[in-house]
Amino acid sequence: MTDENPTAITRAEVEHVAGLARLGLSADEVDRLTHELAGILIHARDMGELDLSGVEPTAHPLPLVNVVRPDEVSPSLDRDEVLAAAPAVQDNQFRVPRILEAP
Amino acid sequence: MNAIEIAASVRAGEVSAREVVEGYLATIDAGNGELNALLLVGEQAARAAADEVDAAVAAGNDPGPLAGVPVVLKDNLCQRGVVTTCGSRILEGWRPPYTATVVDAVTRAGGIPLGKANLDEFAMGSSTENSAFGPTRNPHDPTRVPGGSSGGSAACVAAKFAPLALGSDTGGSIRQPAALCGVVGVKPTYGRVSRYGLVAFASSLDQIGPFGASVTDAALLLDVISGHDRRDSTSIPETLTPVSPTLENGVAKLRVGVIDELTNGAGVALEVRAAVLAAAAALEAAGATIESVSLPSTQFGLSAYYMIAPAEASSNLARYDGVRYGLRVEGENLAAMNERTRDAGFGPEVKRRIMLGTYALSAGYYDAYYGRAQRVRTLITRDFNRVYEGCDVLLSPTSPTTAFKLGDRTADPMTMYQSDVCTIPTNLAGHPAMSVPWGTGADSMPVGVQILAPALAEATMFRVARVVEDAAP
Repeated sequence: MTDENPTAITRAEVEHVAGLARLGLSADEVDRLTHELAGILIHARDMGELDLSGVEPTAHPLPLVNVVRPDEVSPSLDRDEVLAAAPAVQDNQFRVPRILEAP
Repeated sequence: MNAIEIAASVRAGEVSAREVVEGYLATIDAGNGELNALLLVGEQAARAAADEVDAAVAAGNDPGPLAGVPVVLKDNLCQRGVVTTCGSRILEGWRPPYTATVVDAVTRAGGIPLGKANLDEFAMGSSTENSAFGPTRNPHDPTRVPGGSSGGSAACVAAKFAPLALGSDTGGSIRQPAALCGVVGVKPTYGRVSRYGLVAFASSLDQIGPFGASVTDAALLLDVISGHDRRDSTSIPETLTPVSPTLENGVAKLRVGVIDELTNGAGVALEVRAAVLAAAAALEAAGATIESVSLPSTQFGLSAYYMIAPAEASSNLARYDGVRYGLRVEGENLAAMNERTRDAGFGPEVKRRIMLGTYALSAGYYDAYYGRAQRVRTLITRDFNRVYEGCDVLLSPTSPTTAFKLGDRTADPMTMYQSDVCTIPTNLAGHPAMSVPWGTGADSMPVGVQILAPALAEATMFRVARVVEDAAP
């Protein structure tokens, strides 16, 4: 919250975050998002006014922990039905582009 | 006929479910071209389901409390084998291999799933203008938005395309469109209704709930869909109190708090504020006590929400990678395929939230944005808990304004996000809240009053809603 940069986020940071999010953004989209995200982040700095020392974070509204079900056999999703929705399938598996370079 | 009357007539054999369904299909056929409220109308399946209900009645069996009542589903609720889009190109053509628990509950109660309603892409928006399949228009004035993200569901009930609809509410996505379309919309307690089969947006906030033309109709549907489901690990494992049996119990001696920060906030239209105060006066006349209450931390709700919801969304939407379902745009390697697919498949608002959420969770910014927002969430919950020690329910506006014109708030994301300022705090706390119509503004568009209650106090909330509904102009 002590960031002195009035633009809040740089174009380079937007490009870095797009890589993390696996979004192949166009140059125009990067420009627009740099501007829009800066506006949202500057608004979010109003939270800096609050004294949050000693306040625990809330991740979830319910006090439920370690929810388990009985260990019983029950039907799974139908394999053919699931594979039928995939863009590419081979040998009952999801087919994806090469992820390793040839040796 | 309202939903209660339809179910009673069908159960009594006075009207056939098939006649009911044909009537609504004709209304949809005449009106959906202009409103674009429904992305898909399941005519044949609806007719078949209606015939089953009629066969049960003919055989002397009771089809259930929703006998022959058509129910529209927001298009982020899965029905096995039925195209589910979430308003996104990235899922276009996808047919889920499973059915949402709420849809099973509707069918088991004799209800007829009628079609899939338009929505902001992945439920991200406040106007239904973010759908990849075009905006939905407000039935009261087609130049205006129906609200969002469940704008299609709200518009369907307002346009009498169906007596009941289901939506989802992450930051106001049921209540705000209900207010803008002049119908009743309910966000139940987090965990009251199973989310199995709801496509996830922000998992610590999302909740499914009903729309109806009246409080009584909304109560009927809420009672059908409430209950524990072991297929949703966030489902509350307790016996729940139904809301319908006590609807007419009145509000004598109930303590009602009017939330100062949300009712008197800078962006709240005078006519909306006047509606909340008039509803409070009506409750006082019916025997409740009224006081003004302060929840100072709710002023930071918008900032906290627009870190937490995008953060969770950025994680949930990582699954749309072109591998297992939906769109794929080929690339020279896996990363390039992922990037091209996601760039082509997601619309601008979804990309904005994925980017915002990824940033808020990334190294160096986690504590300043996401971590801080989670602590603000704690303060908001504490504020509610403190105020509920002295109040049974709270009142505020649902939306700061009546329905706006298409295109009015699309230029700047923060302007659109402000539409949710009154509804967001409830989601952060996990509590229930609902919107009930209260007349119209100077523009003749509907105004909604929001009624908020502590966790699992829906029965009390609905008693208050019934009194507000009867007193409304």
